[in-house]
Amino acid sequence: MTHNAINAAIENVSRRHFLVKSAAATGALSIGFQLPGIAGAAPAADSAPEITHWVVIEPDDTVVIRIARSELGQGSFTGLAQLVAEELQCDWGKVRPEYADVNMHIRRNRIFQSMSTGGSRSIRDSNEYIRKAGAAARQMLVSAAASQWGVPASECRVQDSVISHPSGKSTTYGKVAGLAATMDIPTDVALKSPAQWKIAGTSPARFDVPAKTNGSQIYASDVRLPGMLYASIVRSPVFGSTLKSYDESRVLGMRGVKQVVADEDWVAVVADNWWRANKALLALPVEWDESENDNVSSDSIMQFLRTGIDATDVPVARKDGDVDSAFANAAKVVEAEYHSGFLNHATMEPQNAVALYTDDRLEVWCGTQNGEATIASASETSGIPLENIIVHKMHAGGGFGRRGGHQDYTKQAVKIAMAMPGTPVRLQWSREEDMRQGRYRPVSLVKLRGALDKDGNWTAWQVRQADQSIIITVRPNMIENGVDPINTRSFADNPYKVPNFVNEYAMRNPHVPPGFCRAVAHTNNPFYRECFIDELAHAAGKDPYEFRRPFLEGTKDLPLLDAVARQIGWDKPAPKGVHRGIAVVDSYGSYTAAAVELSVENGTVIDVQRVVVAIDSGHVVHPDSVKGQMEGGVIWGLSFIMHEEITIDNGRVVQGNFTDYPVLKLAQTPKIEPIIMPSGGFWGGVGEPPIGAVIPAIGNALFAATGKRIRSMPLKNHGFSYKT
Amino acid sequence: MTSLNVNGKQIEVDVEDDMPLLWVLRDELGLTGTKYGCGVAACGACTVHVDGQPMRSCVMPASALAGRKITTIEALSADGKSHPVQKAWVQLQVPQCGFCQSGMIMAATALLERNSNPSDADIDAAMTNICRCGTYARVREAIHLAARSV
Ligand code: FES
Ligand code: FES
Repeated sequence: MTHNAINAAIENVSRRHFLVKSAAATGALSIGFQLPGIAGAAPAADSAPEITHWVVIEPDDTVVIRIARSELGQGSFTGLAQLVAEELQCDWGKVRPEYADVNMHIRRNRIFQSMSTGGSRSIRDSNEYIRKAGAAARQMLVSAAASQWGVPASECRVQDSVISHPSGKSTTYGKVAGLAATMDIPTDVALKSPAQWKIAGTSPARFDVPAKTNGSQIYASDVRLPGMLYASIVRSPVFGSTLKSYDESRVLGMRGVKQVVADEDWVAVVADNWWRANKALLALPVEWDESENDNVSSDSIMQFLRTGIDATDVPVARKDGDVDSAFANAAKVVEAEYHSGFLNHATMEPQNAVALYTDDRLEVWCGTQNGEATIASASETSGIPLENIIVHKMHAGGGFGRRGGHQDYTKQAVKIAMAMPGTPVRLQWSREEDMRQGRYRPVSLVKLRGALDKDGNWTAWQVRQADQSIIITVRPNMIENGVDPINTRSFADNPYKVPNFVNEYAMRNPHVPPGFCRAVAHTNNPFYRECFIDELAHAAGKDPYEFRRPFLEGTKDLPLLDAVARQIGWDKPAPKGVHRGIAVVDSYGSYTAAAVELSVENGTVIDVQRVVVAIDSGHVVHPDSVKGQMEGGVIWGLSFIMHEEITIDNGRVVQGNFTDYPVLKLAQTPKIEPIIMPSGGFWGGVGEPPIGAVIPAIGNALFAATGKRIRSMPLKNHGFSYKT
Repeated sequence: MTSLNVNGKQIEVDVEDDMPLLWVLRDELGLTGTKYGCGVAACGACTVHVDGQPMRSCVMPASALAGRKITTIEALSADGKSHPVQKAWVQLQVPQCGFCQSGMIMAATALLERNSNPSDADIDAAMTNICRCGTYARVREAIHLAARSV
């Protein structure tokens, strides 16, 4: 394809975006994409001046703010832009966020720093350097105006992209951007204190919302390129098994089918319409090699975890005081075992990616939580150098950790595209493939013991965890002395000031691939911890809220616990038939608590009426997005505890769709009462923290209502359901 | 050949009798606003209107819809923003990832067509679409808001 043909060719991907990519190309490359000139600092917005690599200002005063993280619906496009705009003191109405180009990032020595969008880190990790970029750009623009006017920069004032001088002179950012771009970027810039914020800390309308209300938002699964074909894929259902055989002759004659592409452990059918590709895939005879994992089941995994609980000597994550003598002197000892199974992200948009391979170049369109991981995966898979790969980041139809480092779908799409040079192919996983090829929230089994003295004071506790490590599969050097620092969270870093405590950790890794799933260990450990503390409180004959308080004295957790107790009305009796539960959890740098009210009909039908959830994330950039994450987090918590479980039989995932992996629906949504109470002075995450406390608060309220202590999720396995 | 009326246009498509409407819309006609989420009528991401009624297009063969009036999210309003439901969705900033929202909006508009002032219970019964991001509280509020504004 020629350069011009390509311009005409992009059917529905932003034409401007494509032109940007090709603007700086020199000479006619005979392929489906053009690289910006390797040598030059090709700005993202045509030839408009790049003030810093984060800020480009167009002559009409449009401020393009580059966003290195991904928009998954959590509001990063808006929140990150607010932080830059705050320091830049530009007109918010002229701001347009754009994805920082992944290829430019690579060519300019990873200039955008981390592109990873996970761990609720987008704002807390990057706020300082992007605010500094905004402040630096403002200084450069002011210096440019001052030098044009021959006045000291310190005499100039800035408001909403307008620079003025007491003499009456005035100009705009767009007019001086060209000159500003030639200046050195100051490194020593002062930042405003959050008390001075005008844009950050408010809730302007999110940039990504309008296109999401009329079908015009193009996700990777909506990308259409001329001549594009569609692929559906099946990977070995027993994780780790390999492809033995398949009989393509049975499907090649089916209407629309173009090719069958196979790899070591998958096979894909490519056709001119996805439904045809998938229909042929379902008709394709496929055999997989046998493996030792063929007999693994959820029960056998549970037995495997039990070996960790029963082991005599396991690594210790944390030890305080003298646990043994505290237990020896206890008036009462409480013991309990908790567990939960695998969970799937089940992003609304099943995994997918578009790839176009020609000669020694590659172009990929995908929803990703990490553009850098995408380009690296594409390069590794294809052997094509990073410089020759273009990644088009598309807004993702949900991420929750599934679209992070693994990039399995990108690798597959690249392989398929390489089997069909010159033809763009969109690999679209079926929902069934998405359910069965997850990177699952791991299984865990935890034994807890607690000691109470004769006055019912909590004197010691012991936590023995047996679970599957995620981090060992991606960053094994983080494992120290056999302890997984992520899976032990909310135990090893718990805030309770109990003098005697030990957290033992036994790693047990089954063959099911684990992954980071929104809130990660805080989807289960808080359930274990906070329900067990509730057990201790009841054993001590104390109120569960009052029982916790003295052990949290002086922590940042306590005000959250108090806030939800106040809001739910803990000091007053609940309405007749209504029962309450409470829990407190800190995670991802933020502090949260939840209190709920529910009633139970016929002993099994749970009617959750109110969920109060509070967060202290230190600073808040976009309160309405924080509220949105809290609302969504409550839904996740309610969904996990009642419905969600991936089970394993014959080495493979049993569930295949929302029919057997149900998730919470609107009719089961309670009244949600979010409390945002930033105390300042730190930057905490927001995407994940709201989930953790909701789950145990439900478990504790359920105990209050029924006298049944449920120690494993999901509740449906115990005969419970939600009222609809 | 199946003759379909999509967004007010008469269109001839040459597809198998069992191809669901969803894939005709998305892959044959390029109307990608209607989403694939499950393929088994469980999530509602593929909801369109057929003669004004909400329908999950992933399980409905296009061939069965000859002569029926099909409306997709793209044609809900001429400018893509002036339908009261779209306005309410923007005002309350309902979408997160947005992937379910075409289907949500099509289900909500169909509900309001037949019930201009739905109660919470009516909304519960009609809005069975899945939103994995958990925007349900705002969906409910936005439906009430849209009901007040029409
Ligand atoms: S895609 Fe049709 S209901 Fe889910
Ligand atoms: S907004 Fe993401 S699935 Fe609904």
